[in-house]
This record gives sequence, structure tokens and C-alpha cells, in this order.
Amino acid sequence: MRLASTFLWVVLPYSAMVLFVAGHIWRYRYDKFGWTSRSTQLLEGRWLAWGSNLFHYGALAAIGGHVLGMLIPTQLTQAVGVSEPDYHLISAVAGSAAGIACVVGFVILVARRAYFPRVRRTTTPIDVATYVLLALLIGLGLAETLAVNAFGGGYNYRDSVAIWFRGLFILDPRPQLMATAPIIYQVHAAAAWLLYALWPFSRLVHVWSIPLQYIGRPYILYRRRYPALRR
Amino acid sequence: MRVKAQVGMVMNLDKCIGCHTCSVTCKQVWTNRPGTEYVWFNNVETKPGLGYPRRWEDNDQWRGGWELDKRGRLRLKAGGQLQKLLKIFWNPNLPTIDDYYEPWTYDYETLITAPLSERDPVVRPHSQLTGKQMEVKQGPNWDDMLAGAPETAGQDPDLRGIQDHVKFAYEQAFMFYLPRICEHCLNPSCVASCPSGAMYKREEDGIVLVDQDKCRGWRFCVSGCPYKKVYFNHKTGKAEKCTLCYPRIEVGLPTICAETCVGRIRYLGLVLYDADRVLEAASTPDEKDLLNAQLSVFLDPEDPEVRAQASRDGIPDDWLEYARRSPVYALAMRYRVALPLHPEYRTLPMVWYVPPLSPVVNALEGDGYEADPDDVFPAIDMMRIPVAYLANLLTAGDSEVIKAVLHRLAAMRAYMRKRQILDETDSEVARAVGMAPPELEDMYRLLAIAKYEDRYVIPKAHTELAQRLSEQPGTCGLDFEGGPGNCGALPRPEESLNERFMMLRQLPVVGPEAAGK
Ligand code: HEM
Ligand code: SF4
Ligand code: SF4
Repeated sequence: MRLASTFLWVVLPYSAMVLFVAGHIWRYRYDKFGWTSRSTQLLEGRWLAWGSNLFHYGALAAIGGHVLGMLIPTQLTQAVGVSEPDYHLISAVAGSAAGIACVVGFVILVARRAYFPRVRRTTTPIDVATYVLLALLIGLGLAETLAVNAFGGGYNYRDSVAIWFRGLFILDPRPQLMATAPIIYQVHAAAAWLLYALWPFSRLVHVWSIPLQYIGRPYILYRRRYPALRR
Repeated sequence: MRVKAQVGMVMNLDKCIGCHTCSVTCKQVWTNRPGTEYVWFNNVETKPGLGYPRRWEDNDQWRGGWELDKRGRLRLKAGGQLQKLLKIFWNPNLPTIDDYYEPWTYDYETLITAPLSERDPVVRPHSQLTGKQMEVKQGPNWDDMLAGAPETAGQDPDLRGIQDHVKFAYEQAFMFYLPRICEHCLNPSCVASCPSGAMYKREEDGIVLVDQDKCRGWRFCVSGCPYKKVYFNHKTGKAEKCTLCYPRIEVGLPTICAETCVGRIRYLGLVLYDADRVLEAASTPDEKDLLNAQLSVFLDPEDPEVRAQASRDGIPDDWLEYARRSPVYALAMRYRVALPLHPEYRTLPMVWYVPPLSPVVNALEGDGYEADPDDVFPAIDMMRIPVAYLANLLTAGDSEVIKAVLHRLAAMRAYMRKRQILDETDSEVARAVGMAPPELEDMYRLLAIAKYEDRYVIPKAHTELAQRLSEQPGTCGLDFEGGPGNCGALPRPEESLNERFMMLRQLPVVGPEAAGK
């Protein structure tokens, strides 16, 4: 039991972190050519319009929520005057909206991939692994928000899961906090680490390329053939 | 004034025979790979017709290129930078593969493996996207020679305003071919649309390229180009486009499409332009003034002031000589017979076209009767429809410009006929189109005789720059003054280039070397 819990809540997270960082460095150095969103809009556009927009806007909102929930301690939200029940209400409503958009979008994306032979043919094994893990994460995340917090008794993950999570980063791993969390949170966390391990080797690298530098850039770019000789 | 050099192209549409050799050779060299089956950097369309991708010219739909906002400022038609980022998850203006065509191949193996039978075995088309058997419904050149025109050609965006007058009955129809490549624009909206900054225009020769390592597949360049000349490789997830065959241009060779052109319709040469005035020209309020605005950005290579500034801006001296002899500059600026394709897209395109006289001439010719050049002249003014059509294609609808160009071409024919048959010099006909007899003769040599060395006047890239780069610290630490000597193995750039381009040796000498002989 202890061994399993050490593996799941200490070894797995740290291995995933190492793979995540080293993998990105490796991919960036040796596979810039493969670094892309691998858009399939050329092959199918109508379903993608709904699927991609709902999924991405939902996912980005949900990720924003994670950052808030995981990195900001309870004391801080209380210090700025948001009480614990208020916090739960806000997170339940906003989280549900984002989650539902994300889930609907994701279902459309997966259905599209399965349904259109043109798109299906472009799907790689890494894609399949990505979709499976994403499906787990999104599904469980939504179940936590809806079933446990909104309609169930509620579970204050910020006093267990979140402390364990932050502990990993300050080199104070406390696997026992996770071992007692509800199973749904356990699977969620494990799947998340697996996804991070897979991330650098999947199409998800496109997330880091969000082209914010485009804003305010001059429209026309010139380049010399031999940049080192710029006068 | 900031002088830049641009390699431009002119195509003489009167001489295009629609053989598609350019398309095929380009495809063999650049796009016969998985992911680019449907991609034709060079394609030849029949006009009037829908083109490839279908109705690409309708930028009310695709929103490629630039437009002016209410205050007269230039902006991307598809929306600015923030708007683009908000639409990044799904690009509302992207054509899908069916707007091009579903690429296919045949199961050729059945020809060999089919059992013995009464009838010959047949190969069936198979989709290169799904691998499944398919029915071919569309191709890259589906309306070749006005095929299906009575039903479809009416939707050609260039027929705007004249639909009711164009007849596709056999006797009344007119048509010509339009070969298309990337325009290597002075104000490229593809570059402006790329959020990653992967697309760029080369300082030295103006060639527009996609950096494959920086492209992240956001696919805005594909919709941003009003000519639909950036393509999405569905295998690599990256954008690709016509390279103007830069590896050939750099060693002074014409592009593949030009080199293999059977009709000898293509010209390649330098144009000097003022990079500081590009934005101003592209922002010209009236679309019909865009042609002259673009011409005014071009700089006269004979002008000493231009030459001095060009040198200061780093343009090598031999390039200035090439600019002087540029057939592109001659046809566009000196003789004013070449026109930009759809100047109203405001990208300041650099592949220009000599409009065809054939729609007019053909209408005059009956069976076995050849049109008299003297009849052609007045006919140009009477043939409202082909002229208006050409105007929609090349001058943002200004028929007067088309007429003036066609008059010049007709005058050249009339003049040369007298010259060659009667040995008379008809300066009257030359004057009528505002040209001097020697100019008409020069134009004739360039357009009709069209010698290889006159068509392609391409300076070599200055690879000694690369040499200097390799001499920079870090490459050969031994090669300093008083040092033990060089590292030995580095070939001089000329040598390695010669190795790679063996065909160089068989080519006629072009450029100042030839002029000096
Ligand atoms: C941060 C900014 C992001 C940007 C700019 C972005 C952009 C894109 C684009 C352009 C595509 C291609 C859509 C097409 O087929 O045309 C795509 C696909 C995809 N993105 Fe993102 N994305 C972002 C964040 C994310 C995140 C956070 C996730 C998930 C964790 C994600 C997961 C995916 C997946 C799974 C696909 C494939 C969809 C499919 O074709 O089935 N993206 N993204
Ligand atoms: S024609 Fe070429 S340079 Fe011009 S916008 Fe299109 S792809 Fe870019
Ligand atoms: S210039 Fe080269 S790449 Fe471009 S269309 Fe011609 S042959 Fe193809």
C-alpha cells in the first residue's frame, strides 16, 4: 500500500516532471519541423467549428480555474474576502460552464475523428493516447465539480489534493494526503501526470506556441539570407 | 528612399497554349509528396472559369488580401491581429480540400494481377486521403477549355457586371489560359497573416518563403493569400508555397516552370523598388489607381540617384546591371504592356501578365481566314466583353488600360507586318500608341522572338557572403594571420555550386559577361 502510494504520488509525479521538461527540450531541439497543431481543418471544417471552439475555450477556462484552485491557498481567497462557501459556489458555476463546453467540444472532436475517414486516417497512436487521457481528465474533472461539489456533499480538495500538489514543488512530498482522497481524485491526478509525461511527444506541444508575439508586430517581415552579416 | 531588389515574372498570355507543362514539372520537383497531392504551386486555369481552388477570386467569401478601413488605412481583410488570435481554433475563411479537389490515384496493380479475361482490366480511382475507392468529381483543372462552362463559368467572379453579356455558345465564346504561381508580392498578406512570424520576404530578392521550422500550422496564411497560393500540407501540418525555385534563382537559373515553358511565355528579371513607399502605394484610395501606384514604387535602374542609393542599400553592382536589362521592368514600365493580376487585392503582386489579344483576334477570324492586323485595331474598341473581362482580371475594372495595352500589341503586329513584308517603317502606327519605331521593334524582339537570354536575366546570389560567414570565428580556428593555415576541407562556394548544378555548364552565358563578348 505504501509502496503503491509512494509510486503513484511521488515517483510518478517527479518522473512525469522530468519527462515533461526534458521531452520539451529534446523535441524543440530535434523536431522543430514536427512542432505544430497538426490542424485537420483542411479535411473537415464544419464539425471542427463547434468542436474546436467549444473544446479550446472550455479547456482554457478550466485550466485557468485549476491554476486558481491549485496554486492559491484557501487563506488567500479568504483574506480578500471570499468565504469558503462563496468560493465553492463560484468555482462550481464557472467550472461547470467551462467543463460542459469543454466536454461537448471534446465529444464533437472525437466523434469527428471517428466519423470522417479523412480525419481518421491522420490519427496517430500518440493521438489516441492523448485523447484517452484527455477524456479521463475532462470526464473526472467534470464529475468532481458536478457530482461531488455541486450536488454531492462536497469535498475540500484544497485542503488535501492541493497541499500535496504544492508539496511536490517545494520538495516536501506528502503521498499520504492523496492516499486518503476519494478515488475519483486519485484517478484524476494519476491521469494528469501521465498526460504531462506524454505531452512533449504529442501534438499538445502546440499549446506553448500560442502566438502572442503577433499582437503589435509589424505586418511584413523581411529576412536576410545570411543573417549574421546584417549591416 | 530604401532600395530593394525583387525578382519578378511576366507571362505573355497570348502565347500560352495551355499545355500544363509548367504545372507538371513544378509538381514533379516540389509537390509530389504525401500531404501535397492536391497542391499545385503552378496551375493553369481556363478563363472564364472557376479556377483552382474553385472561385478563389471571390475574396468577399475567402477574405484574402487587404482592404481600406473607413479612415483609409490598410488592414487585413480577414481581420487584425487580435481578431486572428480569437479565431485561431477554427479559421472561418479556410477553404477545405473539396474546394480544391480530393486527390486520387489508381490501383495500377490490377493491370498486372487481373485474371485472364475477355475484356481489358480497368484501374479504379482511389482517394489519396482515405485510401478508399472513390468517384472523381473534380480535379485541379476541371473546367479546362471551357468544359462545363455553360453551367459553371457564370459563377466566375471576374464576370461581375457583365454576366448577362457573356455567351458560352460555341461560336460566341472566348477563352484564354491563365497560368498562376505565387506572386511574391511587395506587400504580402500571407506574411502579414502568419501569427508565428514563420513567413518572410527575403531582403535580397523579395522571394516569399515559409520557414518550416517556425510554422506552427495556424493556417491563416492559406486564407490570407488572396491568390490562394499558400497550401496546407495535411501530412506535416505546415504551410507550403511556391519558392520561386530559389535554389535555381540563386545561381542565375530560371524557375522550373519558366525553364520548361513550351510556349516561351515567361520572363524573369529584377525590379528595383522603394520599400519605404510600399505601404503608401497599397493604401491608394481608388482601386483603379493601384496599377499606377505600384508602377510609381518601381525605380528606374538608369537613374544615377537610384543607383547611388541602391549601392548604399547594399545592392551589388552587377545586380544593378541586371536590373537595367530586366525584361520584367521593360514590359511593365517601359512598354507598359504587362499588368498585375487583381491589383485590387492590394498585395502589390510581382507576377505580371501581358493580356491576350486572342479573344479579339479570334472573333475576327472565320474558317481559314486570318485577321488583318489593321482590322484588329478598331475591333479592340468594339469588343466590349472580352475587354471588360480582362479589366476585371488585370486592372480592377479599368477597360481603358486594357485597351491601351491591346492597342500597343496590335500596333506592334501591324508595324512588323509592314516592316517584314513591305520593308516599310510605319512610324504613324507607332506614334498612335505613343511609342517610337525602335521601341516597337525591341518589344517585338522581346515578345515574339523571345530568346532565352532575353527572357531570363537573373543575377546570381552573392555567395561570397556565405563564404565570409564561414570565415567567421568558430569555423576554422587555424586560419588567422600567422596561424598554422586553413582547415583545408572547405570547398570554395563556386565549386560546390558547380557540383550541384552540373547543367550550368550547358547553359548559354547570360548577364554582363555575355554583354561583354
Ligand atoms: C493555448 C492556446 C491554444 C491554441 C492557440 C490552440 C490551437 C489549436 C489549433 C489551431 C488546433 C488545430 C485545429 C484544427 O484542426 O484546425 C488545435 C487542436 C487541438 N488542440 Fe489546441 N490550442 C491551444 C490550447 C490547447 C489546450 C490547452 C489543449 C488541451 C489540453 C489543446 C488540445 C488540442 C487538441 C486535442 C487538438 C486536436 C483537435 C482535433 O483535431 O481533434 N489545445 N489547437
Ligand atoms: S501571392 Fe504569394 S506573396 Fe502574395 S500573398 Fe499570396 S502567397 Fe503571399
Ligand atoms: S517558380 Fe518554381 S515553385 Fe514556383 S510555380 Fe514555378 S516551378 Fe513551381
